[in-house]
Parts: sequence; structure tokens; C-alpha cells
Amino acid sequence: MNQHAVQENTASSPGLIDAEEAAIARRRKLYQIGRWTLPSLVLVLAIGSWQAYVTLAQVPHYILPSPLLIAQTLISDWDVLWPAMQITGRLTFLALLLAVIGGLAIAVAFTQSKWVEMSFFPYAVILQVTPVVAIAPLLQIYMDSAFSAALLCAWIVAFFPILSNTTTGLKSADHNLQDLFSIYGATGWQRLRYLAAPSALPYFLSGLKIAGGLALIGAVVAEFVIGRAGTGLGLASTLLEASYRFNFGRLYAALVLISVMGILIFALMSLISHFSLCRWHESALKRE
Amino acid sequence: MNSSTLMDRPIIGVQTPSENNRMLLEMSHVEKSFVGDVVALRDMNLTVNQGDFISLLGPSGCGKSTALRLIAGLTRPTSGSISWTGGQNEGDLGVVFQEPTLMPWARVKDNVWLPFRLRGKRYKDYKDEVMHALELVGLDQFQNAYPRELSGGMKMRVSIARAMVTKPRLILMDEPFAALDEITRQKMNTDLLTLRDAIGCTVIFVTHSVFESVFLSDRIVVMAARPGRVVREVGVHVDGLRTDEFKTSMEFSHHARDASDALQEAISAGS
Repeated sequence: MNQHAVQENTASSPGLIDAEEAAIARRRKLYQIGRWTLPSLVLVLAIGSWQAYVTLAQVPHYILPSPLLIAQTLISDWDVLWPAMQITGRLTFLALLLAVIGGLAIAVAFTQSKWVEMSFFPYAVILQVTPVVAIAPLLQIYMDSAFSAALLCAWIVAFFPILSNTTTGLKSADHNLQDLFSIYGATGWQRLRYLAAPSALPYFLSGLKIAGGLALIGAVVAEFVIGRAGTGLGLASTLLEASYRFNFGRLYAALVLISVMGILIFALMSLISHFSLCRWHESALKRE
Repeated sequence: MNSSTLMDRPIIGVQTPSENNRMLLEMSHVEKSFVGDVVALRDMNLTVNQGDFISLLGPSGCGKSTALRLIAGLTRPTSGSISWTGGQNEGDLGVVFQEPTLMPWARVKDNVWLPFRLRGKRYKDYKDEVMHALELVGLDQFQNAYPRELSGGMKMRVSIARAMVTKPRLILMDEPFAALDEITRQKMNTDLLTLRDAIGCTVIFVTHSVFESVFLSDRIVVMAARPGRVVREVGVHVDGLRTDEFKTSMEFSHHARDASDALQEAISAGS
């Protein structure tokens, strides 16, 4: 009986899927494979030719270290690099956390009072558009502790996308729903909690994705400008120090780790975003 | 006092005669103008009796939505007054918009619970009311679904369940079925009448459609634009039940012609 069903199925399947559908299915499968294999192939080729170029042209390691040397340095200098990565990671995470708290608080204040927003929003923009590299040395002068200067530096770059996105999001609640809340006599807190905040969530999360990357940039800039006095020896300070000593193997190893941190932060933020929205928001849904 | 107001009115379609004598809401000489000398509504008088199904029919810009917003208390009249018999209490009013206007992040049952939630009531104390409202619109199986999982018609049913859940004295509907396809729309119209009989509430229904207004309402208030105003009130007195057969009856076409004529008159008066 079962066999019969299977036979029938195979007999009718060529009729069910026409040539066009089959081509689409094939293309989709190729895309699926290509999405992972092509970038990996590019990576392998790039590293391979880099290695070949350094070896064949006999480029000195203090000008361009070979990928192999970088890998070796990663292992041999792990005792230096791992603590540095933890320090940079801590600074980045703390800056991001404060950016979330500050960005959210200011966004809520902005939406509660138009006057507050009118008065302060331009300055938030000015703070954002002024390159943080230019402000960092000043922060070092005016802040008592170098650590707070470094933290403030990373915070300034990270908080703006959260502020700006959340402000937009809090205001984006459906107008009819707002009317409905008025009709049912909702209080200001209920409006914020049950209407504005959920409406703002997708906006906040896309701000968070950007802020995560910016917090790392801010931390790196802070380490460059304020130096090890601020935070101790982080990845960026390690990188800088290695360049002074022509230790290009370590410089590149630190660079690779900073890059890895950036990727990890982005992946983590995307994951948080996906799981917060997957049940209801269009952006997180697969199209059927 | 009530009887004298009623005397001025044309014949009213009587569904429940005993209830119809009780006035629920009165708009008297209501005017609304917006900044820039736009008169949205001029001298509107309307007596809404308990159990009425009133349609506001008219072209765009005739002030029907403004009238609804005024009754909902979302905006205040420039002059004139709107008064509820016995004052307006919590939960007296339900509203259905043109869009389903559901919270996409909340499950169906949480959307229906909203009117209670905003009054600080807990879900578990009002679970029965929520479930009952969902049963009435035939969606009790979908209580845990998210709005995106529902069709347009189903979303509108959730919206109606939310408007009914507090057992309001008055439900305002602002072209609720305009965005639905014709088949769904017909079904929703029939179901709406059943629902209304089940809970016995009063409805003010804004629409563009002559046929919808004739099928649903006891009274059609025809409005004209520039400035928005009431031009005529058409009574729809129906002897039998409003079933699908009613739609093809002589009686229906007779009322439809009346309403249609009044609407034509309103359109030419507004241009």
C-alpha cells in the first residue's frame, strides 16, 4: 500500500513541477550553497595569494607579515592579546550599556516633552557629527580619571543611533491606536508602556546594531588617543605599541582580533534583534 | 421631552420598539471648525436612541469622520453640545476604525483585553469577557494567534470583538469594511447585524456605500461637504428580517433609491 503511494507519487511528480519551477528550485539551491562557499573561497584565495606574495617577493615581516606569521603570533602572544581583548571588550560593553540606558532615557524624555526635544536635540546632533577623535584629547584634559574619559569617548559615538532611532520609534505608534488609547482613558505611563515602547522596539534594535559597532570604534579611538592610562593595555593600545616596535606580526594579530570582536558584536546584536521580534515583526519573518 | 424630540424625526426603523424611546446621546447645534477657517461640520443635530443603527452617509469631506471623532471625545466641538443620557461612563464607548488597528506585538486575546487593561484590570479576572467576545465573532480558536497570522476579515473581527468586550452602550464604526473584498464585506455586514442583536448595542456607522447603509441601518443621515452638514435623514423601516433575501427585495431597492437620491442631492449641494 505504502509502496503503491510512493510509486504514484514519483509517477506524477514530473507533471507537478514544470521546467520553470524546477529551474527556480535549482537556482535557489545554488544560492544557498553559494552564500557560504563563495565568501569562504574569496577568503582562502586572498590569504593564499597574500602568503604567496610575501614568500615569493621576500617582503620583510616588518613591512607586511605573512598570514602564517600572524597566525603564529596569535598563538605565541595569546598571553598578551587575550587580556588586551578582555580590556577592550569591557570598555566596549560598558560604553554600549551606558549608551542604551542614556539613549533610552533621553529618547523617553524627548517624547514626553516637545520642549525638551526642541531645546536639546540639536546638541545631540552636534555631539554626533563632531568627530570623536577631535574631542577625545579634550576629554582627557577635563575628565579626572582617564578611564572615565575613555568611557565617555566611546559612549558619545554609541549613544546617538540609539537616541535617534528610539525617538523616531516612540513617535511612530499607529495614530488610530493612539486615538483608541485616548478613548479608553489611558494614562501617560500606559501609553508609553503598552503602545509607544512596543512600537519603538524594532527601531531601537536597529539602533542597537549600529551602536554595537560604534561602541567598539569609540573604544578603539579612546585607546589610541587616551592610551593605556585610561584603560590599561587594550587591543588598540597593543596595536599602537606594536607598530612603534615594528612588531607587525602582533600588530596584525591585534587587528584580526578587533575585527573578530566587531563581527561577534554584530552577530550578537542581530541575534537579540531576531529573537525579540521573530514572533510579530515583518523584518524578522521569512516570506512564505 | 423625549417624545417632542422624536416628533421632529422621520419614521424610524424599529427593531426593538420598547427600547427605542430611550435617548442615549444628543448632538445639538454642534459646529467644528479647524484652523484656517475650514468648517468641518456645521450645525449638526442628531438624537441617538438606544438600539439605533445609524449610518452617516456622504461624500468625502462631508464631516462624517469629524462627527465620529466629536462623539468619541477625541476632539471638542467649537460650539454646541454633545450629551449622553446619564453621563458617559467607562466602557460606554467602543470604536472600530477603517483599519483593524490591532497591536501587532500582542496576541489576539491581549488585543481584545486592551480596554480592560487600560482600566487597570487583570486578564485573569476578565478572561470570560474576552473569550465571550471572541466567541461572538467566531475567533475563540485564534485567541493565541498574532494579528499577522490572520486574514483581513479576521483582523476586523478581532477589532469588533475589542470594541464589544466592555459591553458598550454605543459603538462607533468608521468605514470598518471599506478595505475588505466584496465577499468578505457582505459576510461581515450580515454578521454585524447578528452581533448587534446579540448584544443589543447602539451603532453609529460611517460609510460611503448606499447599499451598506440601507442593509444595516434604521436611519441614514445623509451629509454634504463644504461645509460638512446634514442634509437629510432617511428612515429605513423594514418589516421582516434583514437577510440576504432582503438585499434583492423590492423594499430594499425602494430604500436604496431614496438613499441614493438623498446622496445625489448631497453631492450636488456640496459642489
